[in-house]
Amino acid sequence: MEKKDIIQSFKDSLFTGLIALALFGPIVGLRTASKGEGLFITPQWGIVFLLVGLCILGRFLINLNSARKTEITFFSKFTSKFSAITKDKAKHFAITAILFAVVFPFLPFTDRYFMDVAIMILTYIMLGWGLNIVVGLAGLLDLGYVAFYAVGAYSYALIATTFGWSFWICLPLAGVFAAFFGILLGFPVLRLRGDYLAIVTLGFGEIIRIILINWYEVTNGPDGITGIPRPSFFGLPFKRSPDEGETSFHLFFNLEYSTMHRIIFLYYLILVLALITNYFTLKIRKLPVGRAWEALREDEIACKSLGVNPTNTKLTAFAIGAMFGGFAGSFFATRQAFISPESFTFIESAIIVAIVVLGGMGSQTGVVLASIFLIGITEMFRDLEQFRMIAFGGAMVLIMVFKPKGILANRKPTILMHGDKK
Amino acid sequence: MEYFIQQLVNGITLGSIYGLIAIGYTMVYGIIGMINFAHGDIFMIGAFVALISFIIFGLTGVALPIILLLVLLIAMLFTACYGWTVEKLAYKPLRGSFRLAPLISALGMSIVLQNYVQVAQGARVKPMQPLISGGLEFFKNSEFIVTVSYLQIFIVILTIILMGIFTYLITKTDLGRAQRACEQDRTMTALLGINVDRTISITFIIGSSLASVAGMMFVLYYGVIDFYIGFLAGIKAFTAAVLGGIGSLPGAMLGGLLIGLIETFWAGYVSLEYKDVAAFSVLIVVLIFFPTGFLGKPDIEKV
Repeated sequence: MEKKDIIQSFKDSLFTGLIALALFGPIVGLRTASKGEGLFITPQWGIVFLLVGLCILGRFLINLNSARKTEITFFSKFTSKFSAITKDKAKHFAITAILFAVVFPFLPFTDRYFMDVAIMILTYIMLGWGLNIVVGLAGLLDLGYVAFYAVGAYSYALIATTFGWSFWICLPLAGVFAAFFGILLGFPVLRLRGDYLAIVTLGFGEIIRIILINWYEVTNGPDGITGIPRPSFFGLPFKRSPDEGETSFHLFFNLEYSTMHRIIFLYYLILVLALITNYFTLKIRKLPVGRAWEALREDEIACKSLGVNPTNTKLTAFAIGAMFGGFAGSFFATRQAFISPESFTFIESAIIVAIVVLGGMGSQTGVVLASIFLIGITEMFRDLEQFRMIAFGGAMVLIMVFKPKGILANRKPTILMHGDKK
Repeated sequence: MEYFIQQLVNGITLGSIYGLIAIGYTMVYGIIGMINFAHGDIFMIGAFVALISFIIFGLTGVALPIILLLVLLIAMLFTACYGWTVEKLAYKPLRGSFRLAPLISALGMSIVLQNYVQVAQGARVKPMQPLISGGLEFFKNSEFIVTVSYLQIFIVILTIILMGIFTYLITKTDLGRAQRACEQDRTMTALLGINVDRTISITFIIGSSLASVAGMMFVLYYGVIDFYIGFLAGIKAFTAAVLGGIGSLPGAMLGGLLIGLIETFWAGYVSLEYKDVAAFSVLIVVLIFFPTGFLGKPDIEKV
C-alpha cells in the first residue's frame, strides 16, 4: 500500500469519527434523567469517546485491509456451500433434523431451559412455515401476521374458558376463526400492490391489538385472559393430584410425577403441529393452487391472461397462512395458560417476516435455520437484556446487506414442465 | 359548533406534524421505491435531540425565540446525520437487490434505533415543562370557549414556512430537478452526469431534517416523549403518505392533514379508545376506492 492511500484512509477514518461523534454525542453522551421536578442531564462522555474511537479504528482497519470484500466473499462462499450441501442432501438433512428433534428431550444435557427455548424456536418455525405460504409462495408481504396468531390464541382461550371444551376441539376451531379473519381482511385488500398490501396488513395487525386492549367485556382488556386450560394427554391431565374420578398422566403410566412430562408433551405437540404445516406446504405446492401461487409471485399479468383469478388464488394463500397462524396461536395460549395483548405486538410480526425472508423466501429449511439463528441470538444475549434487541435488529441488517436473498435462496418453481434440466 | 372549531384547530396542528413526517416517507419512496421503515424512529431521535437541547438551553436563560431557532437547527443537523448514516449503512448496499430486502433491512434498522435510544436514554417517559404557554380565546360568550394556543399557531406557521422552502427547493433549484429526474429514471439521470448517490443521500438528509422538526413540535405539543413514539407516529405518517398518493409531495401534506383531522374528530365525536383504529380503517377504505391515493399518479402495469 502506498503512502497516499494510508493518508487517504486516515482522513476517511477521521471523517467517520466526526459522524460518529455527531451520532453518539447527544443521544449517548447527554443522558436525560428526572430528578424531582423536571429533567436533568447526566453527561457520559467516556462512553461516547470509546464508541467514537472504536468507529475510527474499525473504519481504518477496514480501509487498510479492505477487509469488507474478503468478508463478503467468505460469508457468501460459506452460505452458498451450505445451500449446495443442503440442496444435494436435502432429504438426508431433513431426516437428520427431524430425528434430532425427536430425541432432543431425552438427550443428557437437555434441561428445562433448553426445552423452553426449543419450544419457542419450534413455535417460530411453525409461524415461519405458515407465513411462508403467504410471503414465500404467493409473494404477498404480510406485516400483520401476528393478528392471526392473536385471533387463534384468543379464540382458543375464550372457547376453552367459556365452554370448557378440550384442546383437540378448540384447536381446529381456532384455526377456522383465524382463516375467517384472513378472508375478511384479504377480500378487500388483496387487489392492492405489494407495498400497499404490506402497510394495510400492518394496520390490520394494530387494529386487532387495539380491539383486544379496549374490548374489555370480552377480552378482559390489557389484563388478558388467565386460567386457560392446559392440554391433556388424550384425556389424561398432567397434575400431581388429579381430581376425583380422574387419572393423571403419571399415575396411568406409573411414573414418578414430574413437571417435565408436560413440557415434553408440549414439545412433541408443537413439533407435530409444525411438521404438519411443513408437510401440508410441501404437498400443496404440487397441487394446481400451489402452482398458481408460485406463478402469481413470478408474474401476475401472465397469470391473468392464462385465466388464473388472482384475487381468489391470493385469498386461499392468505386464508391457509392465517389458519396455521391460528393453530400456532392456540398452542401458544395453552402453553402459557395466560394471554394478553402485550404478546401480539408488531415486533412479533417483524420477527416472523424476518425469519421467512432471512431464511430465503420459499425455502422450508431456511425458515428452520433462520428461527434457530434469530431466536438463538436473542437467547444468547438474554443476560444483556437491554442489548438483545439491538443485536437482533443488527443481525437483520447484516444478513440483508451481505446475503440479500436470505440464507438459503430458493425461488425455483416446484414443478417444471419438462422435468429438471441439469 | 364551537366544539367543532376546536377539534378543527387541534386536527390541523396534529396534521402538520404528521405531514412533515410523511414527506420523508414519500420522498424516499419516490426516489428509490422503498418503505423507509426506520423513518418513524428518525423522527423519535429528532424529538430526543430537541428535548436534550431544550434542557441545555433552558439552563442558559436565553430569550425564547432564540432558543427555538437554535434547537430547530441543532435538531435538524444531528438528525440529518442519523438519516444519512442509516442510508449509507443499511440501504445503499442493497440498491438493485430484490424488492423485499431493503424493507427487511429497514425493519432491522428501526429495531436497532429504538432499542439503542432505550439503552442510551432509559425506558422511562421524559416529561418536559411547557415552554410556550397561553393562547387566544374565541367565542367567550358561549358555553364552550375555543382556545387557539400560541404553540398551535407556532406549529402551523412553522410548517407553512418549511413547506414553502421545501417546495421552492424541489421545484426551482438544480437539486430538486436532479431529484425529480432520479425519481423518473435513475439510469438515464446518471448518464446525464447527475451524481445519483449524492442525490439520494440528500433526499434522506432533507427527509430526516423535516422529521426532526416534527419531533421538536411533538416535544413541545405533548410535553412527553419516550423511545417508542416513533412507531405509531411513523405508521400514521406513512398512512398519510399513502392516503395522499405515495410519491406525491403535496399529497403527503394533504394526507397528513386528513389523518390529523380524522384522528381528532374520531377521538372527539366517536370514541377516544379507538382513535388509532380510525386512521387505519380510513386507509383501508380509501385504498379500495382510490388505489393510488388522492393525488397519486395512476399506476400503469407494463408487461
